[in-house]
Amino acid sequence: MSMFRRQAGRYVATFAVDEVRVLRKVASEVVGLLTDGFDHTDPVVGRLFPAVYPKDAPGTAEFRRYTEGDLKTAKIDQAGAILAALPDDAGGEVRLDAEAAEAWLRALNDARLAMGVRLEIKDGTDLGEELDDAVAEDPASSRVFQLSVYAYLGYLQESLLNALID
Amino acid sequence: MGGMAAPQVAPVETPDTDEVPAADRQWVTIVWDDPVNLMTYVTWVFQKLFGYSRERAEQLMLDVHHKGRAVVSTGARERMEHDASQLHAYGLWATVDRS
Repeated sequence: MSMFRRQAGRYVATFAVDEVRVLRKVASEVVGLLTDGFDHTDPVVGRLFPAVYPKDAPGTAEFRRYTEGDLKTAKIDQAGAILAALPDDAGGEVRLDAEAAEAWLRALNDARLAMGVRLEIKDGTDLGEELDDAVAEDPASSRVFQLSVYAYLGYLQESLLNALID
Repeated sequence: MGGMAAPQVAPVETPDTDEVPAADRQWVTIVWDDPVNLMTYVTWVFQKLFGYSRERAEQLMLDVHHKGRAVVSTGARERMEHDASQLHAYGLWATVDRS
């Protein structure tokens, strides 16, 4: 697994081709969710665009009228920052300036939020245990793959954050 | 999520009563606990967005984590909506309420 490190004011990681494919897939899925697939009744959209006034639907609708377009654009742009920096269907190095690094952080977080809702991650969920259970049930299942990707994105996000903070 | 813990955080700043009408001081931005966001990330977002010290940002993050929610800013309603919108851009679960 790749980790980001700081190098001469840039945030650098070298990805294997499988990692590039996974990152491209999850970033594209976020873009899809925010464009063609945008649906307020989807719990993932509900998590990415929370009701700002949980007990005031008209107030929330008013807030969304003013803010949702910009928020959607920002989220599409940050997922786009991942797509733009990845090598074309090959392994290779990714070098990010501070602005791109922050866009990646937010985009990785959006992707994890989306997957967390689908995977029903709860407070206290032990990812290792979840993965063991899923493997025991069917090692070739989509849940095994999704849990592995979710864990990988968390690891990658943390490494980028540590590189930014250090 | 949940927990009815009262906000443990003092208002961000003492509003200048000459300039801020009382009605505009009655709002708060609340961040709720969620099982996905990394603790280090939440701390970083609080520092980034609000300019809080590392220590204060960490304390707020721990309040969110242990108490289920924390008040992260206080002020006029429009300002709180702006804060909530920024927090949503970073993927934090933020709501606005009367203080």
